[in-house]
Amino acid sequence: MSQLLQQLVNGLVLGATYGLIALGYTMVYGIIQLINFAHGEIYMLGAFGGLTMWKALPTGLQTKNYIALPLVLLAGIVTSTVVAVLMERWAYRPLRGAPRLAPLITAIGVSVFLQEAVRVFYPGAKGPLAFPALFTGKSITIGGVEVKYLSIFVVALAVALMIALQAFVRTSSTGRAMRATAQDPDTAALMGIDINRIIVITFALGGVLAGVAGVLTGMQYGAIDVHIGYIAGLKAFTAAVLGGIGNITGAMLGGFLIGIIEALGTQYLPQGSAYKDAYAFVVLILVLVFRPTGLLGESVAARA
Amino acid sequence: MSDPVAAPPPAAGADEQPMLQVRDLRVSYGAIEAVKGITFDVHRGQVVTLIGGNGAGKTTTLRTISGLLRAASGQVIFEGERIDRRPGHLILRKGIAQSPEGRRIFAQMTIRENLELGAFSRKDDGVEADIDHVYELFPVLGERRTQKAGTLSGGEQQMLAMGRAMMSRPRLLLLDEPSMGLSPIMMRKIFSTVRELRSTGTTILLVEQNAQAALSLADQGYVIETGKIVLSGPGRQLLDDEGVRKAYLGED
Repeated sequence: MSQLLQQLVNGLVLGATYGLIALGYTMVYGIIQLINFAHGEIYMLGAFGGLTMWKALPTGLQTKNYIALPLVLLAGIVTSTVVAVLMERWAYRPLRGAPRLAPLITAIGVSVFLQEAVRVFYPGAKGPLAFPALFTGKSITIGGVEVKYLSIFVVALAVALMIALQAFVRTSSTGRAMRATAQDPDTAALMGIDINRIIVITFALGGVLAGVAGVLTGMQYGAIDVHIGYIAGLKAFTAAVLGGIGNITGAMLGGFLIGIIEALGTQYLPQGSAYKDAYAFVVLILVLVFRPTGLLGESVAARA
Repeated sequence: MSDPVAAPPPAAGADEQPMLQVRDLRVSYGAIEAVKGITFDVHRGQVVTLIGGNGAGKTTTLRTISGLLRAASGQVIFEGERIDRRPGHLILRKGIAQSPEGRRIFAQMTIRENLELGAFSRKDDGVEADIDHVYELFPVLGERRTQKAGTLSGGEQQMLAMGRAMMSRPRLLLLDEPSMGLSPIMMRKIFSTVRELRSTGTTILLVEQNAQAALSLADQGYVIETGKIVLSGPGRQLLDDEGVRKAYLGED
């Protein structure tokens, strides 16, 4: 029983990261119907941005977590956001109005480009790089389950950001404009909404969340490399599809579900840990066969 | 090739320059030219209507004025300023709002949210009062303000689309086929609203297939066929025109 609870906790922690990344996929898809396959690299670059900040800190501050952690998070957020916004401006905006295959292939190209650029130019990035924990390693035991303080921090921060995003999209004027643009961009323009600005804001918001996810990943695993965005990106994409692509609540739900499925599969299936990266894609296939609109998605016809 | 379009006759405010001037406007979809050089004016305080059949180029003209489509050539001049190169969201800020063909309400948002979106570009604090004004004009919208707009009937959605367009306090309101698919009762309500709007000083450019209703309230009418203006004149005069009666009012 406590083993099951332990794996559920592990799944939540994993899922928090997937959910944060999935939100970027789903928001961008909602606004411009693009699967941004380079979104995983935005997340990866967030981790590298955070690490760069930590390395730049004076030695005395590197161990002061209450100073280092906010700075590293901020650097991760800024890096990811800038990359996301430039990506939109340089790679996708010139292809607005092109057939949908063109931006999709471009996304894959951008993904490869960013991975290779970091691998070649970032010092030491040809292999894994150590990432500071930035959090003291204590844990508490709840009902026989050992939960690290870091795990609680990860889930709490992710959930707080998700709630803040929901509040922003539901109640702010810009959030309303985002929803209007997702439903009908031409009519949104007739309302005086600057569609390009909304698209930039959408990419930026996805960047903020991915940057946080990148830093949190580094803190949990103690190491990062240029390929972390590839697998995490695909799993987060699966999470977005599972929740219903374009649906913000769905992306969070899908993220947590994929995390839990992965944790449980690793524990309970024979040779489970060998297949830990496969469970998400089994889910993806099942969703595409049995419920292609996802758990919370509407049919495509209802959107049109 | 220019059509012999008569200059607009004297009407309200005709001594000043027209509020909206469309000059030799051409608009293409790829290789297909949908609007083939049309010229017309809208004077302040008038209701001007463009009538014509399906595919005549009426909607294309409105969408070009609103900045959703780019003109291949020609000019759109609003209050003395060229606007045909401006993006759509800036044209709204100039004072032109459109209620689009097919209503295009935001179905998954509430009625209130739709109206708030209509006021998106406004920074003043009169928005709340204007929302109340729309509820007064169309009580059914007020009663159902918290419901999803997609649950409204076609006629109610048209009211919402017009109310939403008015929320930006436009000086020129473009109405694209407001009577499309409506019952006769609902159609009368919509056209009486257009009259009411005019009486409050809003200038209106009305695109319609229902030529009878449109011409009977228009100060000036233009008949468009396959991208060109073939006839123009005061609404009442076109209503009596034999060619118009045959082509658009179903008389033999």
